[in-house]
Amino acid sequence: MAKVKKSPWLLHYDGSSCNGCDIETLACLTPVYDAERFGVVNTGDPLQADIFLITGGINTQNRSVVEQLYQQMPRPKVVVAVGTCACTGGIFKDCYNILGGADKVIPVDIYVPGCAARPQAIIDGIIQAVDLFQKRSDEHEQKKKGAANGGHH
Amino acid sequence: MIEKIIGVAAYILLAPLVGGLLDGLDRKISARMQGRVGPPLLQPFYDVRKLFAKQIVGVINSSQAAMLYSYLLLMVFSGCIFFAGNDILMSVFVLSTASLFLYFTAVITGSPYNSIAASRELIQIMTYEPAVILACVGFYMASGTFNVSGIIHSDMVMITRLPGFFIAFVFILTIKMRKSPFDVSTSHHAHQELVKGVTTEMGARNLAIYTIAEWYEVVYLLGFVALFVINQQWWSFVLAAIVILAVYFLEILIDNSAARVKYGAMLKWTWAMTLLAAGVNLLILMLIR
Repeated sequence: MAKVKKSPWLLHYDGSSCNGCDIETLACLTPVYDAERFGVVNTGDPLQADIFLITGGINTQNRSVVEQLYQQMPRPKVVVAVGTCACTGGIFKDCYNILGGADKVIPVDIYVPGCAARPQAIIDGIIQAVDLFQKRSDEHEQKKKGAANGGHH
Repeated sequence: MIEKIIGVAAYILLAPLVGGLLDGLDRKISARMQGRVGPPLLQPFYDVRKLFAKQIVGVINSSQAAMLYSYLLLMVFSGCIFFAGNDILMSVFVLSTASLFLYFTAVITGSPYNSIAASRELIQIMTYEPAVILACVGFYMASGTFNVSGIIHSDMVMITRLPGFFIAFVFILTIKMRKSPFDVSTSHHAHQELVKGVTTEMGARNLAIYTIAEWYEVVYLLGFVALFVINQQWWSFVLAAIVILAVYFLEILIDNSAARVKYGAMLKWTWAMTLLAAGVNLLILMLIR
């Protein structure tokens, strides 16, 4: 079992938000909170990311972008919705262009509420996402081994 | 003969470990410089292990993998020539061929980020090649041979004859190790698309192969730096270790204090430095012969 949880790489995407949660997310990488202690790296490349950290709500314009980003990420992957806007649409929910939270387009695993979500809460969400990432990686390996054995029989 | 075999085997087996540890040290020291705690020292190894466990997603993954494996093989080959004590100029030429395969890796994807970064990578190669080749010429003029074993068996510390070449080489180390301000084609630390450059379209196993090749390269480059100091006496090895660590720390310091420059500025500054430091040293060496 490869211990992948020691190296979770994040992809941060902002949907339609006020950018408060984005600033708090970036604050997680600064000296006071320092998410890099856990091996977290903010990579801007979906091809290299494990955890999709999405802030802000989904509107008609970014719906296809979020779908594409999610599909571009290789398995095993985890999605974390940070902030109330990403969870349910938040304060902008009744706007004409907002479809809702991130789970309108992609399957969300971890919800981190807050407006804006505090860095402590965001890091807590990332830690839980990392555990889920390890679990999915183990399941994926089991499935691969099972398929290899099944093929040999 | 047995020394050559030991040198080559040590390089092939130990260089990734040493390179990865240096990488972890880099991240730790950079974090401390920024007032953070930083990742564990073995973090680069965890990263590579995770990368091998990821699903492979990509348009032309097999071609990219072929180019990257060639890059890795030629990099290892270049280091083997060096650590076997053979021709230093030959190892530099093989290294240039390896860089060419990195350029191919970027060009075949067709991604715009990769195309721009590939051109920048070529400009980078053009920028640092003079300093590296001049360093080899300097070694020849000071010791009479291009062979690494001949250079380290001389009776004087090379850097006393080659200070200008040393300065020029350390200057281009910033380019080779992909550190600010000269990380124009791809950056050593995580970044967004264009800055990630040649590594933007690399995921999973390909990125792991690229990372390991970079570790081999760092060990080779630091070995080159040590060549300026090592001679027959035992104390020169201690001095070489100190010099290597000092140069590495200097690179980390420069990385954390400088912002990226445009490739034109990189080219001008580096060629000016090469001309002034290595060129003048070469003139002096030619005159005192």
